[in-house]
Amino acid sequence: MDKANDNAIVARGLTRRFGDLVAVDHVDLTVARAQVYGFLGPNGSGKSTTIRMLCGLLLPTEGDIDVLDCKIPQQAEALKRRIGYMTQKFSLYDDLTVYENLDFVAAVHELSRTDARKRIDELLTTYWLTQQRDQLAGTMSGGQKQRLALAASVLHKPELLLLDEPTSAVDPQSRREFWDSLFALADQGTTILVSTHYMDEAERCHRLAILDHGRLVADGSPRDLCAALPGQALLIECANPRRAQTALDGEPAIVSMAQIGAHLRVLVHDGADARATIAAKLKAQGIDARIDAVEANLEDVFVVATQRPKNKAVAA
Amino acid sequence: MNLRRLFSIVLKELRQLRRDRLTFAMIVGIPTMQLLLFGYAINLDIRQLPAAALDQAQTAHAREVVAALAETSVMDFRYHLKTPQELDELLRGGKISAALVIPADFERRLAEQNLDTQPWPRPPLQIVVDGSDQVVQQAAAQLALLPLQNLLNPAAPTPVKNVEIVNFYNPARLAPVNTVPGLIGVILTMTMVLFTAMAIVRERERGNLEFLIATPVSPFELTLGKVLPFVGIGLVQVTVVLLLGMLIFHVPIRGSLLDVYGAALAFIVASLSLGVFLSTLAKTQFQSMQLAFFTFLPQILLSGFMFPFAGMPKPAQWLAEIFPMTHFIRLIRGIMLRGARLSELWPELAALAAFCVVTLTIAVLRTRKRLD
Repeated sequence: MDKANDNAIVARGLTRRFGDLVAVDHVDLTVARAQVYGFLGPNGSGKSTTIRMLCGLLLPTEGDIDVLDCKIPQQAEALKRRIGYMTQKFSLYDDLTVYENLDFVAAVHELSRTDARKRIDELLTTYWLTQQRDQLAGTMSGGQKQRLALAASVLHKPELLLLDEPTSAVDPQSRREFWDSLFALADQGTTILVSTHYMDEAERCHRLAILDHGRLVADGSPRDLCAALPGQALLIECANPRRAQTALDGEPAIVSMAQIGAHLRVLVHDGADARATIAAKLKAQGIDARIDAVEANLEDVFVVATQRPKNKAVAA
Repeated sequence: MNLRRLFSIVLKELRQLRRDRLTFAMIVGIPTMQLLLFGYAINLDIRQLPAAALDQAQTAHAREVVAALAETSVMDFRYHLKTPQELDELLRGGKISAALVIPADFERRLAEQNLDTQPWPRPPLQIVVDGSDQVVQQAAAQLALLPLQNLLNPAAPTPVKNVEIVNFYNPARLAPVNTVPGLIGVILTMTMVLFTAMAIVRERERGNLEFLIATPVSPFELTLGKVLPFVGIGLVQVTVVLLLGMLIFHVPIRGSLLDVYGAALAFIVASLSLGVFLSTLAKTQFQSMQLAFFTFLPQILLSGFMFPFAGMPKPAQWLAEIFPMTHFIRLIRGIMLRGARLSELWPELAALAAFCVVTLTIAVLRTRKRLD
């Protein structure tokens, strides 16, 4: 098989400038087919801009993009029949009913009337919208709107689905159901690129890219990224974690600290001496503490990756 | 261009329009209200001008003159004064717009008029007008033409008037006959330009466009699909104005009805083109509304609807030739009032067509199926 056919998306040196601002800065991206690929990054890190460039909505300032073997932006129109795009903000019509919205999208994709009716019924069932069939989209809950938006973007059975922070306005239960739907689509062979800023969602992806200030700062499977983390996560258990945090403030060996319940989670640079330094420092302050080494999680990876934007990307 | 897609866009627009009660009401409400308002209120004929008579002569002839002028019902003599000071006060206070002054030597001046003396005698009558109102001035100028010789010598033959004003086409001098055809233009301009500009920008503002441009829909299909329903709406509005104009104001349609609709259709398309063009300049619905209003005033003021076209300075006339409304006013007055045929008025149609081509070309050049 041709190598290009294994990958749904190949982007090299992807760059986009808005005036002086570099929104996306030389990003290299490879997304294999039938994968759920995650884009993790803080707000303004260039996730939306990258997704928009990949589906031809924005022109890249520099770089080559190849999506489903289409050269972008030159072959963007041909690509538009094969991708589904779900925007960050609900972009269907609030003043149309669920059925009318889907009927319109079906016509836009040139489905015949009979095919459209069959496909819409199918989607209403899959996405639990049968009861809302004749309800105006504007009057639905966040979770329902989002299921409708997903139904609309997969109506024409796209090979690639691009989702821009699809779960930002949705409760945890709906989020869980939404991700179940995404995996169901991936099982049927759809490639999915999804941006998020939720760690639990990022953890579910087959592969993950972390973006920060327009740069790709980490890329790999969640497990590999955790394993390759250059550092050690420590859990400090003590009577007053707040005081411990103040005591450790400014310690050069520490990358980050976060209080989690009654514990203090500390990320330190590699080397056994960091742990000893911390123990000594706490003791000097008269804080009695127990320090355990724990396994790094995705949040640690994220913190390390986005704290050192100047450093070389963490590759795994 | 895919017909199924185009039809579905039109259907979507109509469904949205049906749920937008306010816009829906405006489609019929605006023409009705404007027609009634302007039809009754815009009356450029002067009737019952509040006036005063200052009769210093107090002769039989003087009283006849006052009575004769009162009879024209142009002036309504609410005050009969004794001194010029009273007149001054009333005029300054805005209580009256005009006054008839009959000097004490009225009889002598009247007699001198009949003798062919040199130099010309002073005119026997004076009409003082509030010059701050142009329309009143015009009315006074007409009053000055009133032949007075008859008064002095009823037996004498009526003197030949210097200027004979013969009112063609609107013999009863009814304002609505002039106003209603032009009003079709005003109403279509206001609704067509505004509705299209807003409808297209709304899609962008609400974020629908970001979804749509990631689909195979073309900007041409999208714009055409959004604009087509308004062509129908425009024709409905024309019908409303024509029906009300005929039923309430007895405005005649001397030309063919088909030509009236033909002219209206050409103007609707021109106004929609302007709306599409404006939509490419605006980022928000509010901006598009401002832009639309920016085009209304010059069109209404300079098109010849409000003021006579020939009376405007040359640069204003050149500017007005650009506006579609100017050409539509000529078309619709020609067809409805003079009974002209559309084919006779082809230069106006050509001007409207040129306007469409230019605005749509610019609009298409400015439209890209991308976000940047």
